[in-house]
Amino acid sequence: MKHGYEHYLSQTAKELQPSGIRKFFDLAASMDDVISLGVGEPDFVTPWSIREATILSLEQGFTSYTANAGLLELREEITYYLKNRFGVQYNPSNQITVTIGASQAIDLAFRAILNQGDEVLIVEPAFVSYAPLVAIAGGTPVAVSTSPANGFNVTPEQIEAAITEKTKAILLCSPNNPTGSMLTKNELIEIAAVIKKHDLLVVSDEIYAELSYDEDFCSVAAIDGMYERTILINGFSKGFAMTGWRLGFLAAPTEFVEVMLKIYQYTTMCAPNMLQRGAIEALRNTYPEVESMRNSYRRRRNYVVQTLNQMGLDCHVPGGAFYVFPSIRATGLSSEQFAEELLMKEKVAVVPGHVFGESGEGYIRCSYATSMAQLQEALKRMQRFIESKGVLAEHQSEKVKTH
Amino acid sequence: MQLSKEEIEILKIIEENHKLPIESIALMAMCSEDAVSAAIQKLEQAKIIMSYPTLIDWSKVEGQEGVIAMIDVKVTPKRGVGFNEVAERISRFPEVSSLYLMSGAYDLSITIEGKTMNQIAQFVSEKLSTIENVVSTTTHFMLKKYKHDGVNFNSGNEDKDRRMVVSP
Repeated sequence: MKHGYEHYLSQTAKELQPSGIRKFFDLAASMDDVISLGVGEPDFVTPWSIREATILSLEQGFTSYTANAGLLELREEITYYLKNRFGVQYNPSNQITVTIGASQAIDLAFRAILNQGDEVLIVEPAFVSYAPLVAIAGGTPVAVSTSPANGFNVTPEQIEAAITEKTKAILLCSPNNPTGSMLTKNELIEIAAVIKKHDLLVVSDEIYAELSYDEDFCSVAAIDGMYERTILINGFSKGFAMTGWRLGFLAAPTEFVEVMLKIYQYTTMCAPNMLQRGAIEALRNTYPEVESMRNSYRRRRNYVVQTLNQMGLDCHVPGGAFYVFPSIRATGLSSEQFAEELLMKEKVAVVPGHVFGESGEGYIRCSYATSMAQLQEALKRMQRFIESKGVLAEHQSEKVKTH
Repeated sequence: MQLSKEEIEILKIIEENHKLPIESIALMAMCSEDAVSAAIQKLEQAKIIMSYPTLIDWSKVEGQEGVIAMIDVKVTPKRGVGFNEVAERISRFPEVSSLYLMSGAYDLSITIEGKTMNQIAQFVSEKLSTIENVVSTTTHFMLKKYKHDGVNFNSGNEDKDRRMVVSP
């Protein structure tokens, strides 16, 4: 080729950074017998009745396209779900769209609302996709850093300080990946006041809503005056243990949904028919399983947080999701060095915090969505590792006993 | 018996895995180790915790496969004591691993574990059917155990972690 490939590639695409998670995955995947705390998905297999309903739909021959927005029957179930669980009312015929995972819903939201140069506030540490998706849609991601002093929750003052004339929207993710922190209803009310004052939109990623442990989850769309400026995003991956199904949904005022649906019909057409039928079963009949998984995560969270603290790795108590985000500053290592050395020496995979944004440096993400036996062994190895770094002198007396 | 939230939490944790050390149970249930020990002792005494069985799939151990039979028993209830007297008598045999009073076509459902088919046949003909008030017995031999006490015996696949080592 005359100019080489570089010449042909999109400038935006070239400038995207590869996800730090991918890099770490490649390293961990090259080793055998690794205990993984690096997994951002449930350790449970999708409840059987959901799988069974999907198999039945295939047997019955449901192999065609569905409406772009998804099966009306599923959208109706989603409407009941949002109303009954979170108290937000949408119209299934024109305010809900079933998407390929929550990730696609976030992509659609940004493409629908952003013009070149519009700024989107992203509360960091944040899920790795948010900033690149803003950039792909032509916007400019603006990080708003949080710290453990405030439980990794963003304050109205921090938001206020980050707003410029170009700010169009803010992305909120509560409970959060990677910190597990959760915004209470009162905190959301205060944040909402700033959002309304500056006439911003909210893209609210509520994928971990089912995994909140200490208090009821509150959707930002349920706060006074926020419904009309919120694009609510949720899905089946985390709460229903359906990550590989790639099924999510968005709910928003009709004007937003119509635009997102236009993009959706040209890029994707619709989510797979048979999987949508499985999702109907998920919403109708699997609440006991969801609750039992939630209880299991909550017990493991208690165990992991306290064990890490006893070990000398400061760790706040996350209110939701299945991650803890302990500080590793006491070891004097960067989060990447810590994660790499831990993997090499003790064969435990965790995700270095900096991949979730600058404010994640000095922390690691550990997922407790794994069996108690694995958690016990992983924490035992982590303790051995940080002892080798000479961190633990003052914690020796409280040494954690595991099998 | 009314139990506290913590006691129910402890029961659920040890129902899933009774081998967890007290320290881990205490961390999971967010209470002290002393509280866990006291609760377990109390629940054992109250016979809410009945025992800590280990579920073993003997069919995988050569020479130890054994034979299991489920027997439907019809009984003439006795005045004053109903089925209880005969049920208690049957339950004393060590071969009997479970015994339930049932509604429907028969009265007692018994599970017998023996080393050979012959041993079970002998138990039925010599011990069970000769008990006064036992009217009839129907013996079903168990051919294969797929699931027992909520545990899948054949599910190697589903227990396998198929997730990638690191994911978003």
